[in-house]
Amino acid sequence: MNQLKEKYMGAVFFITALTSILAVGLICFFLFANGLPAMSKIGVLDFLTGREWSPTDIPPVFGILPMIVGSLYVTAGAILIGVPIGVLTAAFLARVCPSKLYRIVKPGVDLLAGIPSVVYGFFGMAAIVPLTGNSILSACILLGIMILPTVIGLAESALRAVPEQYYEGALALGAGPYRSLFFVVLPAAKSGILAAVVLGIGRAIGETMAVIMVAGNQARMPVSLLAGVRTLTANIVIEMGYAAELHREALIATGVVLFVFILIINLSFSALTRRVNP
Amino acid sequence: MKKQNRQEVIMGFVTWAAAVVTIATLLFIIVFILVRGVPYINPSLFSFTYNSENVSLLPAMISTILMTLCSLVIAVPLGVGAAIYLTEYASRGHKSVAFIRATTETLAGIPSIVYGLFGMLFFVTFLRWGFSLLAGAFTLSIMILPLIMRSSEEAIKAVPDMYREGAFGLGAGKLRTVFRIVLPSALPGILAGIILAVGRIVGETAALIYTAGTVAQVPENLLMSARTLSVHMYALSSEGLHINEGYATAVILLLVVVMINMLSVKIAQRIGGHP
Repeated sequence: MNQLKEKYMGAVFFITALTSILAVGLICFFLFANGLPAMSKIGVLDFLTGREWSPTDIPPVFGILPMIVGSLYVTAGAILIGVPIGVLTAAFLARVCPSKLYRIVKPGVDLLAGIPSVVYGFFGMAAIVPLTGNSILSACILLGIMILPTVIGLAESALRAVPEQYYEGALALGAGPYRSLFFVVLPAAKSGILAAVVLGIGRAIGETMAVIMVAGNQARMPVSLLAGVRTLTANIVIEMGYAAELHREALIATGVVLFVFILIINLSFSALTRRVNP
Repeated sequence: MKKQNRQEVIMGFVTWAAAVVTIATLLFIIVFILVRGVPYINPSLFSFTYNSENVSLLPAMISTILMTLCSLVIAVPLGVGAAIYLTEYASRGHKSVAFIRATTETLAGIPSIVYGLFGMLFFVTFLRWGFSLLAGAFTLSIMILPLIMRSSEEAIKAVPDMYREGAFGLGAGKLRTVFRIVLPSALPGILAGIILAVGRIVGETAALIYTAGTVAQVPENLLMSARTLSVHMYALSSEGLHINEGYATAVILLLVVVMINMLSVKIAQRIGGHP
């Protein structure tokens, strides 16, 4: 009786462990099965490199290059703003910060991670948009702030994993504490920091609500930093509400493109982390 | 030597400046939301039914709690069960374990809008649940699964092997050891993961708009549409008529998030994690 129960529960635990495999399988299947037919109907090349998105014209035109470029611009800007501040803050937390201050700053960073993206969006609408308009720049600034906790968290643990001797060795050779930090500890943690940047890219490219609220969302090729832009994520949320038939499928195909981007980013992230702790 | 000293000062300044910028940004966001939102918090925001006169957030708040409970009921047993399998049952380094880990990592990296799309295609359309609390909760439970799995796994791994050996030595079976010895000792860590998951559920928007829908009333059953506080805020901003009430809702949401964070810090301190 008892042995039967043991066996039975072991199987139950195994089945629960299969949930994530099942989930990934279902997500891939349903996205690709619903998105790929639209891509082949529109023509893969026309879809990916078309510069015009006019889904309600007759005949409709579905080209998502403006959104791909928009997502890339916004992500690049977020990285330019978020990574330097994030990595330096991580260096501060890992090496410089007095422990009393740490108890205030660290929960602060965690809180930054916990603030919902709509709240960021409302903040951006009222604090950033009046200065820089509904534009690429606004989206970059807001996303730069939003990826800070991701970058800080991973970069800090990478910096903490650098053996203490490196730092002490540098000090013993006569370098000052900051010089040792910048020229010895930071380079030693570079794979971990790179992983932090990659995860930041993933966060930025996948962010939806906050971007919609500040980026203007015009579906055209971006011309300047102060022009409006629409990202892949925004395209889905804005039009899914009223889209039908091929338009709807084209939006799902937009999701497929985003999903493929994310898979590539995830793969490079796990390749990087495997190099850090083999 | 002098040049080196100057470099040292500059590098020190840059490091401190970055930390100051990070914390100042956080404070600025909080103060800004409070200043914009607090003046618009009034009793009519908390009436039981929503209409365009009172723009009440209470129905959205009740929906948020329901959504959180439903998602946890689905995700916690699955996540903790999977963590038990990975730590207690699977042989270390087995291929299946590596595969499960890889898929969990993949899930953790998928952005919420993709979950939203999938939920719409699978739960709403394929299973014909329509825009509903249930479809939203299932979508969110997949989204938080990796978080719960990872934190439970860490917590269970941290339980010393002595405990298990002691239980076996006293004649307990594997199952009894897991439920009576391992899980109770790992409980604070598991709880910390669940609290983080609650934070993600409460803050989620993109995954819910096209799965749970945007109806602003308290749902009467699981198959009715309901908007959570975050979705409520987004709806207010896209309608554009009640932006001030949106800021008031942001204040409430921020309060919830701060409370969740303080709770997880408390629990983390009890486990004695970080310095």
